[in-house]
Amino acid sequence: MDPTGPLSTDGLVQLLDHEGRALTDDVYSPYVANLDADELRAMWRDMTLVRAWDLEATSLQRQGELGLWVQSLGQEAAQIGSGRALRTSDFVFPSYREHGVAHVRGVDLVEILRIFRGLQHGAWTPQDHGFHMYTLVIGAHSLHATGYAMAMKRDAAQEQEPGAVVAYFGDGATSQGDVNESLVFASVYNAPIVFFCQNNQYAISESVTRQTKVPLADRGKGVGMPTVRVDGNDVIACRAVTEWALEHARSGKGPVFIEALTYRVGAHTTSDDPTRYRAREEEQYWAERDPISRLEAYLESRGELGDEFRAQVAREAAELGERTRTTVKSWTRPELLEMFNDVYALPHAGLDAERAWFDRYQRSFDTQEAAQ
Amino acid sequence: MPTYERFNLPDAGEGLTEADIVTWHIAVGDAIEVNQAIVEIETAKSLVELPSPFTGVVTKLLVEVGDTVEVGAPILEVDVDPDGEPAGDTSDGNGAAADVAVESGTDAASPPSGEADKDAASDHRPREVAAQAASRSAHSEESAARSTEGDADEAGSGAVLVGYGVKPGTAKRRPRKAGALDPVGGEQDVHDYPVLAKPPVRKLAKELGLDLSTVTPSGPGGLVTREDVELHLKATAAQTLATYPGDDQPWLAAGTTQTDGRATRVPVKSVRKRTAEAMVHSAFTAPHVTEFLTVDVTATMDLVKRLKADRDFADVRVTPLLLVAKALLLAVRRHPEVNASWDEERQEIIYKHYVNLGIAASTPRGLVVPNIKDAHRLPLHALAIELQHLTAEARSGSTSPGAMRDGTITITNVGALGIDTGTPILNPGEAAILAFGSIREQPWVHEGEIKIRWVTQLALSFDHRLVDGELGARVLADVGRVMNDPSQGLVWA
Repeated sequence: MDPTGPLSTDGLVQLLDHEGRALTDDVYSPYVANLDADELRAMWRDMTLVRAWDLEATSLQRQGELGLWVQSLGQEAAQIGSGRALRTSDFVFPSYREHGVAHVRGVDLVEILRIFRGLQHGAWTPQDHGFHMYTLVIGAHSLHATGYAMAMKRDAAQEQEPGAVVAYFGDGATSQGDVNESLVFASVYNAPIVFFCQNNQYAISESVTRQTKVPLADRGKGVGMPTVRVDGNDVIACRAVTEWALEHARSGKGPVFIEALTYRVGAHTTSDDPTRYRAREEEQYWAERDPISRLEAYLESRGELGDEFRAQVAREAAELGERTRTTVKSWTRPELLEMFNDVYALPHAGLDAERAWFDRYQRSFDTQEAAQ
Repeated sequence: MPTYERFNLPDAGEGLTEADIVTWHIAVGDAIEVNQAIVEIETAKSLVELPSPFTGVVTKLLVEVGDTVEVGAPILEVDVDPDGEPAGDTSDGNGAAADVAVESGTDAASPPSGEADKDAASDHRPREVAAQAASRSAHSEESAARSTEGDADEAGSGAVLVGYGVKPGTAKRRPRKAGALDPVGGEQDVHDYPVLAKPPVRKLAKELGLDLSTVTPSGPGGLVTREDVELHLKATAAQTLATYPGDDQPWLAAGTTQTDGRATRVPVKSVRKRTAEAMVHSAFTAPHVTEFLTVDVTATMDLVKRLKADRDFADVRVTPLLLVAKALLLAVRRHPEVNASWDEERQEIIYKHYVNLGIAASTPRGLVVPNIKDAHRLPLHALAIELQHLTAEARSGSTSPGAMRDGTITITNVGALGIDTGTPILNPGEAAILAFGSIREQPWVHEGEIKIRWVTQLALSFDHRLVDGELGARVLADVGRVMNDPSQGLVWA
């Protein structure tokens, strides 16, 4: 790999190597020094459950129960590690693949599938979880995140506990104007925001090498914000780096850009076929760097996993799969008019007019008056 | 007892309509589990392995390797309860429909008719209870909802587009307003689930006044396509002048000549037959009144000449008929009550807020009356273009049935044949028809002197059930006034 290019491993923060051996880092190790075996097992459990559920959702799409599915397969460490660094006072702006973060923020994974069954645009209340709705427009939410962070800063004087924003986006989004505008505003306004870029190496079929000539983290340098590159398949390093970045942002020092180098093991979506644009060897290389087996190896080597815990998580995963399957199939189609319900918090004349129009339009298919 | 479930080919991409079967990983008799890979398919986008939604024993592979299968078509049958206890209920897929019917309070003994389905689909609460009970709910409900058109055997396997959450059976069907607006001719073909069609097709159907539920769908998952609508129109177009096979036969070719050679008997069919039916129907249901007006149209002839020289009109043929059409449209605008239709069945008058302007045309096939859709919206130039299209199509015999449908008022240009005027018979379903006579130079009193002027005769026939003599007179007078002085159009426009 090009030592200076976007996939360079130069300067990549790593606390577990890909065979599960612990490494140390002067800056970041202290941020995870307090993680005990329970916490590490909890992260392993999160990743395992999210993956099992992800595979179940993929099957459901293939059985015609979901219109589309977007797998997070392979990105569990970046999501669970960073997600577990968050506090209640923090607020997340996800793209549409952040299922692991959603899980950590207390969103019921099964509910997420309402969106992908085409039943709802958003399947949870953002305020309840400090987790904004999924944004399907690439990079658009980075602006919302930045604005939210700027507002948070103004509110900070009244808040008991300072919070920060994390905006999750992918490598492809870094080429969008929205993301670049966000970086500029966040930087000059010193907004409490962490830009968490999961570089999963593909924007659908477009390799990251066609998005950038330098590591993506360098995008932050251009606007003068601290940047970190982290091994996105190392859950402990992701946790440490995000802990550091959030502390930096919450303490008023401004935004941070994190690039988590990971790999999208699955397809972009169930409509995509990655075998058309990437090599088996490459997939094999990354399979050997799987985030779950890495932590597993680490825990095993310390005797901290245990058959009983494994069996318990396997059971939980099976139950989650079963619940996912039966729940998804039980969902009935909501009234189309319901889509107008949660658009604005307050009454809105324009929306009311649109609702009334749509109601009439819909009824127009019911009546038989035209059949003469 | 064996309980059979079928797996319908899902849309593995976004909006795919079909896929090829590449490999079956299973065979009849195999025991399979949920999410076990069963078949590899190739779509327009990718090779995809499909996992089984059922646990059970494979009883049928319904498609073969190499087949191209439409999304929604069943590909696999699985017995999901091979070791179950035999039960009294011997139904297979049909049982699902009965189950739902029971839950919604309908007589379970009734066949899976539209009524049972409507109840099942329209009552939301019991079905939520049902949903908890049955892991097969999604599929069985579809089956139930879709069984209207199939026989009992088909009931469990209706071609359904599974996916996108679009499940015909699960949508709440708004109950039809009591007693309101039943289609003419009863509900013989009305299905009791929402009709699937894309918005442009719905729009087309609305414009044509067609109830989509009466159209036989051919698209994937019971989708009504544009072609279905067009086919349906062709099949049901008997009320108006329509095209039939053999329309282009020379008029005597189909006949038999008497042995003495003095006459030929030709069976009455196609356009001739339609014309006869329409004219009899019109003449003997609508009491016709005809009013006449002779007009000095010299100013109109001047305008025609000017427009012919106008570069903006260089691409169209400007004729007096164009200006008559415009004059009639202006008159209709001032007297919209004339643009109407009598509905005998419902005892209603239907006032149309649009003008589909019919032009009676003599064609190789016979008399046809295609119309210019929404003519009231067209500026003069656009009207000229439409008129030209209509005439060209009629001449070439390619007038489509759609072009002849839903006319609201008609002009017959009898003057083209050198005739002064006539008493035209109404195009069925319309309330007025204007005959436009030949325009010739005649002696005429103009500004107190006898001058040679361009003069024509107009005749307006109308349906006296809904148009009184006064209204007819006003309409005819307005047409004449504009023809006499086109600048009046500026005043009324």
